[in-house]
Amino acid sequence: MDPARFAERFKRLRSWEDRYRYLIQMGRKLPPFPDEERIDANLVPGCMSRVWMVPDPRDDGTLGFLADSDAHIVKGLIAVLLSVYDGKTPEEILDTDVEGLFEDLELGQHLSANRRNGFYSMNQKIREYARAVAAM
Amino acid sequence: MPATRTLDPAAVRADFPILSEPVGGQPLVYLDNAASAQKPERVIRAVDHYYRHQHANVHRGIHELGRRATEAYEDARARVAAFIGADPDEVVWTRGTTEAINLVAGAWGIDSLDEGDEILLTTMEHHSNIVPWQLVAARTGARLRYLEMDDEECLRLDMLDEVLTDRTRLLAVTHVSNALGTVNPLAALIEAAHAAGALVLVDGAQAVPHMQIDVHALGADFYALSGHKMFGPTGIGVLWARRELLEEMPPYHGGGEMIRVVRRESSTWADVPHKFEAGTPNIAGAVGLAAACDYLTEIGMDAVQAYEHEVVRYAYECLSAMEGVRVYGPRDPANRAGVVAFTMDEAHPHDISTVLDSRGIAIRAGHHCAQLVMEHCGVAATARASFAFYNTREEVDRLVQAVEAVRRIFA
Repeated sequence: MDPARFAERFKRLRSWEDRYRYLIQMGRKLPPFPDEERIDANLVPGCMSRVWMVPDPRDDGTLGFLADSDAHIVKGLIAVLLSVYDGKTPEEILDTDVEGLFEDLELGQHLSANRRNGFYSMNQKIREYARAVAAM
Repeated sequence: MPATRTLDPAAVRADFPILSEPVGGQPLVYLDNAASAQKPERVIRAVDHYYRHQHANVHRGIHELGRRATEAYEDARARVAAFIGADPDEVVWTRGTTEAINLVAGAWGIDSLDEGDEILLTTMEHHSNIVPWQLVAARTGARLRYLEMDDEECLRLDMLDEVLTDRTRLLAVTHVSNALGTVNPLAALIEAAHAAGALVLVDGAQAVPHMQIDVHALGADFYALSGHKMFGPTGIGVLWARRELLEEMPPYHGGGEMIRVVRRESSTWADVPHKFEAGTPNIAGAVGLAAACDYLTEIGMDAVQAYEHEVVRYAYECLSAMEGVRVYGPRDPANRAGVVAFTMDEAHPHDISTVLDSRGIAIRAGHHCAQLVMEHCGVAATARASFAFYNTREEVDRLVQAVEAVRRIFA
């Protein structure tokens, strides 16, 4: 998924129901999350629903992530978030501003404060991993 | 007994300014009352009036404002006491139910419990009626036991003989479940606990907004409640306890207001209830809570209960009739107050609440600080619609339409 195209299509959708439906579709396209990683140690703290995330370093030096949630809309948000970071090295991840994109999508006003915190927790987690890998 | 009054939902709604506040450009449907209820004009004005005309510290200044504040504060205690059928001396102000339970755990529990003593809880409790007892158990060596729920999320009274023993010192039980709305048969529970020689603490946070409470008639030993769930301000609540217990219990917090004489090495305590009220209290909160009690008395708790019962029954019937929706808690509406908690086959509770939020409907999704209830129901979270007397059948219809929209989106 190309995040810019996603944002364009998302904003063209008029009703929030259609937007949520689109987000859910995005979530369904995430690669399957390995069952053995679905453990408490991989839960992202600060999320109201359960979100599991593990880093997935690639041979080409980029840093990918595998993630999943038991809530569909959250899973869609994860898909959008991961698409922004896709194909980036840890250094590039640390240089990327995702908050601007999500403000542009006006998701803030339609996601509860806690969800927003959960979203920021996910983003923090990604950046933590990126920092750790960059320091190696 | 006076005939049951009837409640006019349009009239009471007009008393709550926030209910006409549009959210996201739509009329608000507030169904998160079990988390915190909205405030009537009467309460807002009482707090405003207190700060404009009555504020100083209480029980201290020999000056006009000090007298006004003290009078307002103690008068509030008497009015709240009358509302729950208590004597003012038995009413200790706390920050809420959580602090009230912690007070009993910290003062009575630490002082009275020994190794091997048992505290009987239920798996229906809010975390604030579990964790304080875990802390006390760790410090005293007391043991926690649990009364379980049946498959309708009602307490298993048939287990009482097994879990009430000669070592049981306290039964701590909720009056109404915050996660399920189950109304517990307190009379039977209290009778059994007392027969076993145990005291009974009742978490009344979810009962007081929905039904008339008379603590003396109920016969428990401790009753805890929160002001903000019964249309009063946040940060104020009550611990009611039998006077002898309050007198026997050591203080909970030390500080100003709770002492009689302070010497270098030791002090003597003020009389109850002030012995438990160290520091400058939430005076405006107490004044606001008393205004809430006056307001509820005028509407009539009998009218509140009868009206709400119908709305909650309607919500239960509509939601439980929907395909792919599972509703938790008692099927008999007589055993349910204020709450309809549900899950859906396709959508996670957080998905449900996100879609409902975009339609101006506020519910809560999560474990509702009752993880043992979630464990019993075999779910990680539920969606919870919780009602007050200002909610209407039309709002239930909007809830049901929104839940149908969720089904469409997630199918």
